Amino acid sequence: MSSPSPKSPEQNDKNKKYDRQLRLWGDHGQKLLESSKVCLINATALGTEILKSLVLPGIGAFTIVDGEKVTEEDVGSNFFLDEFHIGTSRAQAATETLLELNPDVRGDYIDDFPDHVMSQTQDFFNHFNVVIATALPEKVLMPLSKQLWSANIPLLVCRSVGFLGYVRLQIREHTVIEAHPDNEAPDLQLDRPWPLLREHLEQTDVPNLGTKERSHVPALTILYYYLQQYRNENGGLLPKTYSDKEKLRNMIRDSLPNENDILEENYEQAVKLVNVCVNCTRVPNHIQKILDDEFCTNLTSESSPFWVICAALREMVQSEGALPVRGSLPDMAADTTSFISLQQLYMRQAQSQAESIYRRAMQISRALGQSPDSISETEVKLFCKHASELQVFRGNCVADEYQTSSPSASLHLEDPESLMFYYVILRGLESFISEYNTYPGQFDDHVEPDVLKLKTLIGKLLTDWGCPTLVISDDRVHEVCRYGGAELHSVSAMLAGCTAHEAIKLITHQYKPINNTFIYDAITSTSATFVL
Amino acid sequence: MSDHQGVLQNRWGHLRKVLERPGPFSHPEFEPSSEILDFIMTTCKVLVIGAGGLGCELLKDLSLMGFKQIHVIDMDIIELSNLNRQFLFRHEDIGSSKAEVAASFINRKVKGCQVTPHYCKIQDYDETFYRQFHIVVCGLDSIVARRWINGMLISLLNYEDGTLDQTSIIPMIDGGTEGFKGHARVILPGVSACIDCTLDLYPPQITYPLCTIANTPRLPEHCIEYVKIILWPKENPWGTAIDGDDPQHVTWIYEKSLERASQFNIAGVTYRLVQGVVKNIIPAVASTNAVIAAICATEVFKLATSCCVPLNNYLVFNDVDGIYTYTFEAEKKENCLACSQIPQTLSIPDPDIMKLKNLIELFCDSAAFQMKNPGLTTYVNGKNKTLYISTIKSIEEQTRDNLNKTLLELGLQDGSEVMVADLTSPNVLTIRLKFPNKNVAS
Ligand SMILES: [Zn+2]
Repeated sequence: MSSPSPKSPEQNDKNKKYDRQLRLWGDHGQKLLESSKVCLINATALGTEILKSLVLPGIGAFTIVDGEKVTEEDVGSNFFLDEFHIGTSRAQAATETLLELNPDVRGDYIDDFPDHVMSQTQDFFNHFNVVIATALPEKVLMPLSKQLWSANIPLLVCRSVGFLGYVRLQIREHTVIEAHPDNEAPDLQLDRPWPLLREHLEQTDVPNLGTKERSHVPALTILYYYLQQYRNENGGLLPKTYSDKEKLRNMIRDSLPNENDILEENYEQAVKLVNVCVNCTRVPNHIQKILDDEFCTNLTSESSPFWVICAALREMVQSEGALPVRGSLPDMAADTTSFISLQQLYMRQAQSQAESIYRRAMQISRALGQSPDSISETEVKLFCKHASELQVFRGNCVADEYQTSSPSASLHLEDPESLMFYYVILRGLESFISEYNTYPGQFDDHVEPDVLKLKTLIGKLLTDWGCPTLVISDDRVHEVCRYGGAELHSVSAMLAGCTAHEAIKLITHQYKPINNTFIYDAITSTSATFVL
Repeated sequence: MSDHQGVLQNRWGHLRKVLERPGPFSHPEFEPSSEILDFIMTTCKVLVIGAGGLGCELLKDLSLMGFKQIHVIDMDIIELSNLNRQFLFRHEDIGSSKAEVAASFINRKVKGCQVTPHYCKIQDYDETFYRQFHIVVCGLDSIVARRWINGMLISLLNYEDGTLDQTSIIPMIDGGTEGFKGHARVILPGVSACIDCTLDLYPPQITYPLCTIANTPRLPEHCIEYVKIILWPKENPWGTAIDGDDPQHVTWIYEKSLERASQFNIAGVTYRLVQGVVKNIIPAVASTNAVIAAICATEVFKLATSCCVPLNNYLVFNDVDGIYTYTFEAEKKENCLACSQIPQTLSIPDPDIMKLKNLIELFCDSAAFQMKNPGLTTYVNGKNKTLYISTIKSIEEQTRDNLNKTLLELGLQDGSEVMVADLTSPNVLTIRLKFPNKNVAS
């Protein structure tokens, strides 16, 4: 059957180039990436490194907004600026160099300051999928944050100074279908098999199998048989406690025909499945919360496909008492036919449940007056498969964080090791820049006087938050002042890699983004994330 | 120095601030001065191993952290699938040496930087080459290569009367990534945990039982393995070994796997999966490489300048769920194969039954050794005797019969020393055999 090789669709150049990442976020993730538009405010080393890790995997387009001219110091820390760029537009220079990385990506620039851009074109920043700002002064950050908040455009704010840095994600609402959890228990629904599954499982008379057949039966069938037996002996209840489960495990272990035999691989697997697979199938709390969310129960014509499908899912959960079956089986030692027929039962059940959710979602969408192509069958299938991973994030506005006291910040300040101290100092640094228009310690002979000024500003912040001002050690303030605003390339590159992946999460709606402030301390090579 | 003093003043202003000003969290030995920047620019020699995903990032990071005397070694050539993250390469560079293209890119871009490329294997160089460096930083995807360079740096250590000469230590920074996960570690050979000390951190490669592949396949992977290890040797369509980079080979395996899968009703054989299984592909993205390389470069900077205390000694990273890092101190293994200086002993209860091939299997499969292709020699009555060496054809043929002989039949005794050479180390490992059941001795 050696035919001339069919040109596989997976062999084109683009697929080859992106192969290593397509294995992670899939063709559908890549498609979203390739149609995305990202805005970078300020082409600092941190900024261009973030764009680098977005241009390489192939975002659709980027725009750099930056009114600065390239300096010698820029060239020292920024890989995308050259000596011959000194004195020219930083936005233009960075755009041109970044575009060399990937011919599939478009890029343009605005050689102007972001506050000017905003005052001239009010909704300029609303046309992006993500806006990323580096080294943005507080007085520009405040209006930008408010505007993007109301437009529901995600904003990533980052700063890198000396050995420290932070990334803050502002997002009003973000939904995730594929969270890609690391270890997920298989979804077998053995406590509530649907009729076809039950019929299939009950066909096998497990204790009376011959020696050869014994080794061919999938663990699932074995487990189901002894689970039924357990339930018959225990008033229909499922094993709950450790000793209940041990009882069930022993029933499987004791099934050996001869005392001296060794338990076969499939029986071993059945024993192992007991812990995670005989629990009562129920809707996880975090999913129930999403299904009870106001966005799910009060749909409007503006509701996103996510919420429309959620509403259809909610109806199914209400009638069935469980999420749709995931439809995949873990591998189990068995002969081919026994395993495949079982696998197909799960797959078909998942398919038919997804189809009915799709039909219902279409009805709902139509009733809301939405366009008929707003819901796709592929999306619904994906949604059902990952129904137990769904995530909804609701953040808060950076401008609100800056304008109100932050009780969660003060909470962490009781721990002397907490990196929250650097959040406070970096907030002090922002105030310093607004007040004096320069970084503390910018000049060698200013370090000591600037320490005092910065301490005063930090003290003011802490007083506003109702925290004791003594919690911040002088050493930490001094450390930040000695940086004099220096941007160390390797510290920026670390933060940039993290920020770029956050942007990819937001664009692809896969993986869980940070909630909501990430702090990196390269002195001790540690990091922490705080909800602010 | 090729820089004008004036340009140097401003261009490296960022670095000067952290190197010329005292700081409360600096290393106790840190004495701020302009000499530190001079040292990293003119004297400090750094070796970057690997010019792939991590290597490209490392070269960029190090050159912008002031390092100028950089060497890079990589035996690979550039492929299309590198371009989603190995940003020093362009489409027209496909087929060229990674080390050479990366070095010339950096030298063009960062004025005054002198990256020296080595388009070869790490095993092509000996101690005299490796001894010239102050710091070695690895961006490798192979455990074997990591262990080899680890063994090399350990062999450079000088012990005087059992005390380690501190000046003989060449620190090794090791980075690694897989998808959205990664690690960075600082190894001070002879002082802190080395690669072999923590061998159990590397998960064994997934292998499928042969009978499943041959008789009862269930997964698409089983079908692909069948074509790879059973059908290919049988039909051998091109008369050569499988080349995962040859699209004809991959397409053939894809079609045959598909055929087998449809016979067994197995869904899920795709071209991408076939390629992944055949080439053992590890997923990779630009962002994780950027993060891990940057952490490694920061550690190189700390070690070279003493401006901060280095990472002690292991950091893991994962940004699937938020951004997570965890730092811990990996412990030195008391009887580490590579760095412990303790003679290795191996207890064998049944030397009258255990055959040489079983001993070789033990060296390959046990978590403590994880060897690849060990060659064994010993001394019998004071004379060197080759037990088995597979890497040299003529010796393999001469020693093949030994594989089925028991250890006793080969003349090995309680206390015999076996010298083991393997890809995982540049050094020959001496293992003393112990036969605890004296009564089996002939
Ligand atoms: Zn060791």
